[in-house]
Amino acid sequence: MSKEENTIVCRCSDVTLKELRDLIAEGYTDYNEIKRITRIGMGPCQGKTCTQIVLRELSQATGKPVSEIKNQNNRPPVVGVKLKLIAEEAKEDE
Amino acid sequence: MINTDIAIVGGGPAGLCAAISAAESGAKVTLIERNDELGGQLVKQTHMFFGSEKQYASTRGIDISDILLEKLEGHKENVTIMKNTTVLGRYEDGVITGMIDENKYLKFNPEALIVATGATEKFLGFPNNDLPGIYGAGAVQTLMNVYGVKPGDKVLMVGAGNIGLIVSYQLMQAGVKVEAIIDAAPNIGGYLVHASKIRRMGVPIYTGHTVKEAIGSDHLEKAVIWQLDDKWQPIEGSEKEYDVDVMCVSVGLSPLNELLVMAGCEMEYVPELSGNVPLRNEDYETTVENIFVAGDSCGVEEASSAMVEGYLAGLTAAAKIGKIHPQYEEKKADYIKQLDDLRSGPVGKHIRSGIDKIVRR
Repeated sequence: MSKEENTIVCRCSDVTLKELRDLIAEGYTDYNEIKRITRIGMGPCQGKTCTQIVLRELSQATGKPVSEIKNQNNRPPVVGVKLKLIAEEAKEDE
Repeated sequence: MINTDIAIVGGGPAGLCAAISAAESGAKVTLIERNDELGGQLVKQTHMFFGSEKQYASTRGIDISDILLEKLEGHKENVTIMKNTTVLGRYEDGVITGMIDENKYLKFNPEALIVATGATEKFLGFPNNDLPGIYGAGAVQTLMNVYGVKPGDKVLMVGAGNIGLIVSYQLMQAGVKVEAIIDAAPNIGGYLVHASKIRRMGVPIYTGHTVKEAIGSDHLEKAVIWQLDDKWQPIEGSEKEYDVDVMCVSVGLSPLNELLVMAGCEMEYVPELSGNVPLRNEDYETTVENIFVAGDSCGVEEASSAMVEGYLAGLTAAAKIGKIHPQYEEKKADYIKQLDDLRSGPVGKHIRSGIDKIVRR
């Protein structure tokens, strides 16, 4: 296996540096698009581990500084929560 | 629905001090902490702090945590502590949601919110970076200093900032061999007093070096490093190989800002503050009214400044909702002066320039 195939970018969903670089080479330079295709940033950590690596790769590929690369969107909930718990709370609220 | 004057997210040094200060001003405070223990990173800091007397210099982090908890106890009529509670989101109507013990969903309706969520460790991409034995410095400190467990026998430390240097020293105290400390930057990032102490004990510090790869079948067996040129490109043939069972990655922190982003706070990427941080005024209020910040979540610094920021944000957030401390002006001036002192001199230069970019007067 190549070095890039053995380098994990996203620990939650086991996405490798090769997968990320291949997508960037195909023209995907938007974090949110990459997130939808690979699930990078959608796992239990919600991007806490992988975001810095993704932003740096995008910065190197596009020549833009990291400050100009759009981050992924953050939405609630920040960790996994069972739908049952939300439903129970909603009942109590009625 | 839990109604409270001020909800504080995060029970580390910033959150604890914010709670003390807001409660002292007369506000009803709900302090929400994800873990089962308050104190945040302080509980694993067995070393003595720098700074000045007001930030408990020469006291160990773990003891500072106890001092703050005792102070908080003095205001218990105004403070509700919720441990094992993770805040999940913040919505347009100001409601925040949370989950306690992973089995109950909660809603809070605070008048003001103080986000003191801290920071998260940065990670590196190199081949086999998912091998067991590769840790973040936080995990190594937790294992050693909280649970008394040796992480391994031989360590390569990646990162020569203060955390990397201090953890290296603690590893040596625990009888673990530190083979080398490396840092990609051309200079040692941490205080030279720490670095010199470690060098005197015979541990080499290689700046301008990074990890080439980790080697091992089911756990880390070797780490290979190589040198970087002045354009940060690796130099072929400069490899060094270490037989290590632990690699400790200590390459910096990044502010935990999800709640601020989803609340619509205006953010800016500021490298000096280690990431995406909210614009704020001198009272530590963000661009969303009644949302305040303190500690690493508004710029990575140290526990000393996080504590003072917490005291200040607690004071100003309480005042914003009408709970004005009798010595408001004196206290505020004192906290601002303490922060200025902590950030003075050449060491604080990059922090000062970072803060200049985000403070709106």
